[in-house]
Amino acid sequence: MTTVGNSKPGILSVTNARKLNPAPIRRKAAPRLRYALTVGLFLLPSALPLLFFTIVPMVSAFWISLNQWNLVGPMKWVGLDNYARLVTDPGTQGAFLHTVYYIVGYLPLVYSGGLAIALALNTRIKGRSMLRGLYFLPVVTSWIVVALVWRWLLNPSTGIVNWLLGLIGIAGPGWWTDPAWSMPAIILASAWKDLGFVMVILLAGLQAIPEELYEAATVDGAGPWRRLFSITLPMLSPSTFFVIVLSLINGFQVFDQVYAMTGGGPNNSSQVVVQQIYDLTFRYGKAGEASALSWLLFLFILVITLIQVRGQKKWVNYA
Amino acid sequence: MNKKPLAALGIALAAILATTGCGSAGSPEASSNEKVTIRYSNFTSNGGNEKNLDTIVQAFQKANPNITVQVTTLPYKDYATALQTDLAAGTQADTFDIEYANLRSYVSNGAVAPLEGVDSSKYKQSLLQSYQSDGKQYALPSSFSDVVLYYNKALFDAAKVAYPTSSWTWADETAAAKKITDSAAGVFGDFQNVSFYEFYKALAQTGGKFLNDDGKSVAFNSPQGIKAAEWLAGKSGTTMPTPAQGAGTPDFDTKLFKDGKLGMLHSGIWVASSFADSPKNWDIVVEPGDTQKASAEFSNAIAIAANSKNKAAAQKWAEYMTSSDVMAQTRISAGWELPATSDESFLKPYLAKDKPANRKAIFDALDHVALTPVIGDNQQKMVDIITNALGEVEAKRSTASDALKGAADQINALLK
Repeated sequence: MTTVGNSKPGILSVTNARKLNPAPIRRKAAPRLRYALTVGLFLLPSALPLLFFTIVPMVSAFWISLNQWNLVGPMKWVGLDNYARLVTDPGTQGAFLHTVYYIVGYLPLVYSGGLAIALALNTRIKGRSMLRGLYFLPVVTSWIVVALVWRWLLNPSTGIVNWLLGLIGIAGPGWWTDPAWSMPAIILASAWKDLGFVMVILLAGLQAIPEELYEAATVDGAGPWRRLFSITLPMLSPSTFFVIVLSLINGFQVFDQVYAMTGGGPNNSSQVVVQQIYDLTFRYGKAGEASALSWLLFLFILVITLIQVRGQKKWVNYA
Repeated sequence: MNKKPLAALGIALAAILATTGCGSAGSPEASSNEKVTIRYSNFTSNGGNEKNLDTIVQAFQKANPNITVQVTTLPYKDYATALQTDLAAGTQADTFDIEYANLRSYVSNGAVAPLEGVDSSKYKQSLLQSYQSDGKQYALPSSFSDVVLYYNKALFDAAKVAYPTSSWTWADETAAAKKITDSAAGVFGDFQNVSFYEFYKALAQTGGKFLNDDGKSVAFNSPQGIKAAEWLAGKSGTTMPTPAQGAGTPDFDTKLFKDGKLGMLHSGIWVASSFADSPKNWDIVVEPGDTQKASAEFSNAIAIAANSKNKAAAQKWAEYMTSSDVMAQTRISAGWELPATSDESFLKPYLAKDKPANRKAIFDALDHVALTPVIGDNQQKMVDIITNALGEVEAKRSTASDALKGAADQINALLK
């Protein structure tokens, strides 16, 4: 006897006991089945890509991570060896450290920059719409183009940035040729590109704050700084939370700009986790280790995100 | 009424199966009269020789009207990655270029098909043999090349320095490079990549060895290794542009030479065809050595994919592309590497051509060859470790002895 979609088996069995004719049950179950199928059909366009391009690859990656595989020959079962090797590998530890370095530098920069622009463009200044569009332009530009442009701007000997620094008497650093400056160079370019995105999210948040709150605060004698810290920032916290979660996840997956600007160099100083996954797979023929590293990265992001979702209760204001 | 969603689901599923290609049947081996298309993926024609490759393809198709060759040309930099990905997905071309250093891993992974019935008398034996394994031929050598020293005569004249000769040593090269370098005018004396491929050769030139004889550990961490690393890295910023000035970016060095702003360039003979009359007056010479001469020799070969559905046609093309007269003549007249054929009469017109005048150097260089060290699956990792270490010496962030010691430890770990 089928009880598809019926959450009350007790009632069903009573019905069953009383009536031999199953017709009423079918009449009850049929709309449910139809409902489930209809819902399923509408979900299909997004569920199928999710299945084929996310779930299936993730499961296969886990299988590959338990093997030694150079992409060409047959796989060789090694169990958890790949994971054990990665955890103790200085190269992998370095990649995680550089990724964290990237996030620590990038996040405050892009958030404070995006907030400043959002606040400025939330006032009634001239050409506001055009400025909003301009700031958003880098967001929709290809990373390869942006990375090449920044490589030129930050060229240690012929770049405009070091030339400008020279005008005010500062000897510009080696940027992408110097291990100490390669990551700051990537952070700078990334923050510049993503500024517009953060601005748009925060701008939407700002416009949802009721004007009356500011009026009441002004009447009570609150100055501009007081209004910023006591009204704007707390009211903006849901948007801030969204920006932080998204930026953290994207930050851990940073790749395009690194690949195009430094390729992880010089001397691995900007080697990040995803670049390491790429190198392991396509340069060194170690797809097993690369898959294991992908899973480690996934678990890492999962834990960080869970901590954030837990922590948000303390500071995010959904009033 | 309630059948509609089910029907829609069925259609959706059918569409998915169709687009993902489930259930499609593979085409059987084509008979000799059937028209077939085979694919050829290469890097050797990239950067100036695409037209010459097309000439050979056209001639082949004329002689074999049933076979169409579809060519894909990739830059050398991206070729290995693309091939690796294609092999993993099973979408590789029927025939593709391979390098000697990669043969071993492709054979052991069963990616390339053994070739039978090849007329071995048409090939230069030493090259043919280097693509054999367990008595089987796995690829056919298409061309060989070596690295020589290009020099711009006008810059030598202007600096009042005598032209390089085959008896030059590192000391002569350094002295000339210093005189030619004129940073105010943007003129540099010398250019040699600070990389693995130059390092193992420089090491041989100063009498050192890269690997120990048993191949189980490295030997470059030696006084000779330090000397070779310092020789390469020391040029940067004195007689040679630094990475910040553009060194290391694709085509930077050849462009500098073409613009007449580079006195000497260490590069392969494959760039010769792109120089022609810019700079106006240039020639080549065997690279200077230190305690002895050593030149890098490279060869390329064409292999057939183990899963190719048209192996017979593919082999026909591979043989044509590696041993036909049309191929040899096209390569010679264009100065596009050298055909790996046994018939050396082709070389006569090559030697008689006027630019560069000293073509003999290309063959003289082959008298003392430094072979690429090969370690198998970790080859690329080894190349990266050495290039990284040299980069640290070049940027003066590390001494040559520290950098080589670090590199030696890492590579020894790979060899275990």
